[in-house]
Amino acid sequence: MSVRVGVVVFPGSNCDTDTAWALSRAGAEPVELWHEHADLGGVAAVVLPGGFAYGDYLRAGVIARFSPVMRAVAGYAADGGIVLGICNGFQVLAEAGLLPGALLRNRSLRFVCRDVAIRAERVDTYFTHRVPEGRTLWMPVAHGEGCYYADEATLDALERDGRVLFRYTDPDGNPARVDDRANPNGSLRAIAGVLNTGGNVAGLMPHPERAADALLGSDDGMLVLRSLVESAAARAQGGTTLGDGGAARAMTMTAGTGR
Amino acid sequence: MNAEIVATRFHFAVNVLPKEGILDPQGRAVEQSLPHLGLAGIEQVRVGRRVELAVDAPDATVARGLVEKLARDLLCNPMIEQYAIEALGAISAARREVGG
Repeated sequence: MSVRVGVVVFPGSNCDTDTAWALSRAGAEPVELWHEHADLGGVAAVVLPGGFAYGDYLRAGVIARFSPVMRAVAGYAADGGIVLGICNGFQVLAEAGLLPGALLRNRSLRFVCRDVAIRAERVDTYFTHRVPEGRTLWMPVAHGEGCYYADEATLDALERDGRVLFRYTDPDGNPARVDDRANPNGSLRAIAGVLNTGGNVAGLMPHPERAADALLGSDDGMLVLRSLVESAAARAQGGTTLGDGGAARAMTMTAGTGR
Repeated sequence: MNAEIVATRFHFAVNVLPKEGILDPQGRAVEQSLPHLGLAGIEQVRVGRRVELAVDAPDATVARGLVEKLARDLLCNPMIEQYAIEALGAISAARREVGG
């Protein structure tokens, strides 16, 4: 039986169908979660897809933060539930305070839509245990507000605690500088994705669901989505528990079991 | 038809700006356009947003308190932005028709 993974649908979400498709490709049964319902229907993981929730009015993600479904997501995350925010979903999680930092307007002021190279800085998490260490992943970005910002102390803490999950790199895998073309939005320390302290909530600006079939240029995103779906399945069976940052360690049981 | 004073209406503006030192590409874009306009001597442009609103409340302190909460919780992200509340003078009595 396949594991049920929720995909939140806000007014203005536009990657929900692609995300659901890619999740089923990764072996999950996707379940749409409407923003007005504060009930997650017993899913084993939740994905907040990309788009422009509530038109991105005021600030990207901020209005979505106060929706009924986000109350449920916050409670779910506090209980150790697995939550992934992609692009606008990342912005929502940051605005909701479920992830550190903020996403500012791109340094270039341009909406950037192209393939970028990223590297998983941790390959022992719910979201990345399928990713081969050191592998350059190609995925598209498509956003106007993706410039990762946090104050220096927070950035240092993220680095120290291994909570920088993805970083933009050049094609050879070297971390991008702030003003590199390889850094599509000018993110500080080239941060493309981060983890919360519990290791159970993650967000990234690139779109794994748009890199879900080699026919479309890359299926590197499937490494992330398969990681998530397997983690959800393991958690649904009570196979993994969190605690003292154990999300990552718990996942090492399933890492390395084929690609 | 009864009319009663339910509350007084207070008008406010909340001015939100990027915090000092936070990247403000919009402000920079405006600055970069200045030479095209033939304008010299203008700098330190920062672009924010202004939200105007009306509050019905028993008194000015309560009204401002509500605006403070709105500004803190929604209008401004304190990590990257700062805000200032501006009272917009005119206070009008709000009369609401009841029982009609």
